[in-house]
Amino acid sequence: MRRDLAQTDVRLDHVTKRFHDVTAVDDLMLDVERGEFFSMLGPSGCGKTTTLRMIAGFEEATGGTIYLGDVDVTNRPPFKRDVNTVFQNYALFPHLNVFENVAFGLRRRRTPNADVRRRVAEFLTLVELPGYERRKPSQLSGGQQQRVALARALINNPRVLLLDEPLGALDLKLRKQMQLELKRIQTDVGITFIYVTHDQEEAMTMSDRIAVMRAGKVEQLGTAEELYERPSTAFVAGFLGVSNLLEGRVVGHSDGAIEVELSGGRRVRAASEGFADGSTVRVGVRPEKLRLEATTDEGQVARAANGSNELVGRVSDASYVGVSTQYVVRLDDGQDVVVYTQNLDISGIGEQHSEGQQVRLSWLPKHTFVIASNNSQDKEMTADAHA
Amino acid sequence: MGRGRIGRLGLLVATIAVLLFMYLPLSLVVAYAFNKSGTQTWPPTGYTLEWVNAALANRGLKDAFMTSVGVALGATLVAMILGSLAAMGVARHRFFGRDSVSFLLVLPISLPGVVTGMALSTTFATTDLPLGVLAIIVGHATFCVVLVYNNVVARLRRVSGTLEEASADLGADSFQTFRFVTFPQMRTAILAGALLAFALSFDEIIVTFFLAGGVKTLPIWIFQSFRLANQVALVNVAGLGAILLSVIPVYIATRLTSDSATVGRT
Repeated sequence: MRRDLAQTDVRLDHVTKRFHDVTAVDDLMLDVERGEFFSMLGPSGCGKTTTLRMIAGFEEATGGTIYLGDVDVTNRPPFKRDVNTVFQNYALFPHLNVFENVAFGLRRRRTPNADVRRRVAEFLTLVELPGYERRKPSQLSGGQQQRVALARALINNPRVLLLDEPLGALDLKLRKQMQLELKRIQTDVGITFIYVTHDQEEAMTMSDRIAVMRAGKVEQLGTAEELYERPSTAFVAGFLGVSNLLEGRVVGHSDGAIEVELSGGRRVRAASEGFADGSTVRVGVRPEKLRLEATTDEGQVARAANGSNELVGRVSDASYVGVSTQYVVRLDDGQDVVVYTQNLDISGIGEQHSEGQQVRLSWLPKHTFVIASNNSQDKEMTADAHA
Repeated sequence: MGRGRIGRLGLLVATIAVLLFMYLPLSLVVAYAFNKSGTQTWPPTGYTLEWVNAALANRGLKDAFMTSVGVALGATLVAMILGSLAAMGVARHRFFGRDSVSFLLVLPISLPGVVTGMALSTTFATTDLPLGVLAIIVGHATFCVVLVYNNVVARLRRVSGTLEEASADLGADSFQTFRFVTFPQMRTAILAGALLAFALSFDEIIVTFFLAGGVKTLPIWIFQSFRLANQVALVNVAGLGAILLSVIPVYIATRLTSDSATVGRT
């Protein structure tokens, strides 16, 4: 429904921000569509907050142009931009009560008193805080302050709402609850949200699209599924969830799939294109896509009849974590593979595969993603993201 | 657990001794202000309001008192305006030499009053400006500014700059942000600084001496009358007034700011 218009609410055109020698945002191109819940996801220092602050007008772009709708707002001060921000620390005015905090934007636009009262009541209801008008921010819990901050921003009916890690200060349970709530409110009001976070799960839960950022650039942009199932770099693969990456070389193509020979000599197939024969790649598979069976077969594994990829190794670590059992399997060539198995087949205690057990790993080619393997820096970054 | 009983007792005695040392002389002034005999001899011979009435009727004392109040109000006003502006500049903006400016603003309060007085007196003489009430106000303002500045700068550092960003984000221009967000945050700090400045100016004598040019403030009047036997009783009453006008503002100021560290030298 919302994609019908496909109107752009925010457009960043070659936007760069430098602080002295440091390039925080590097020639960024970004389109955010009307009504979209758009997230910028990345580790600290990737430029996501700086980008948000440039859209809000708190930071001046060193280069490039920022559009809200069709209007170039690059040189406008914050109070002349049709955007509102929810700050990480909420930034509620401590000397004003909840009512006056929420009414602040309306008062600046000289809205008649009767309208102010009506709209404040309406938005306090939206964030489920009716009756809190006379409280001071210091008398509210973190979650309640968060809701006031949200109402204070949304009441101005901005073109875009900017959210800078707004749930960062809340505990896990409240954060989960607020994630669903934010998504509900966004659907209710239909305003474009741009959400900055370093929490991949948070971004995946709420967003229509996610831009994974790294070193001032967008590393990959797509839906949560696209980013998770088909990461295009090792950094994205490592930042969203856990992934196994195996070194290999492309040795052949066949009907929409490529065949890769791993460093251990085994061959696997991946539903992927665009890699030339002979190019070095890394083959990726998520831990939960792997099937694990005990085997006594010491020899070379032939490809199974259903076209699954198969590898053989030994269990080097098994941890039972309730909903699943997490294994580390060491392959013949010394690489480790992480496997999550649902505890479906386990009916009693002590039925997991034990350490040293020889196992067969199998997974489907369509669950296999391939990324180019020419950037040694990627490895470090993936390791960081795991840590 | 904790210190031994002797240790605790020792601490108690030391605390009482220090407090007596600090406040006993003051209570003597208060006691003699109501002493029937009108002399500074212990024990007082009885209670009387005679000297209070005499002090209220004394022309020279009253003039000196009003001059001091006027000077203190003037110096406080200057300090409030300059101190607040300086604090906003230093706390909210980055500019070349910011740390130096901050240091130079605070320096006058630790300069010896003799030096400040001498320097200003020389400057006034060199530039042919008249000594008197205005000169005293200028002299007092040099160190009164520090008290307001220190209080406000400490407040602004504690109050997040994000509040001002939030205000701008919600459509307030710079002036509205100052009026509705920044100033309300600073208000009690300015007031606290002003009260301290008033108290400091009211009983200042060293700088005042250099700049008075014949004008008598309350401290100067007390200093000159102190040696005159027939004025002794009045001096004690004047002293009591000076104590009250210093203690009350300082008390209110400390209530206004939880930041006791920024209260300054009083």
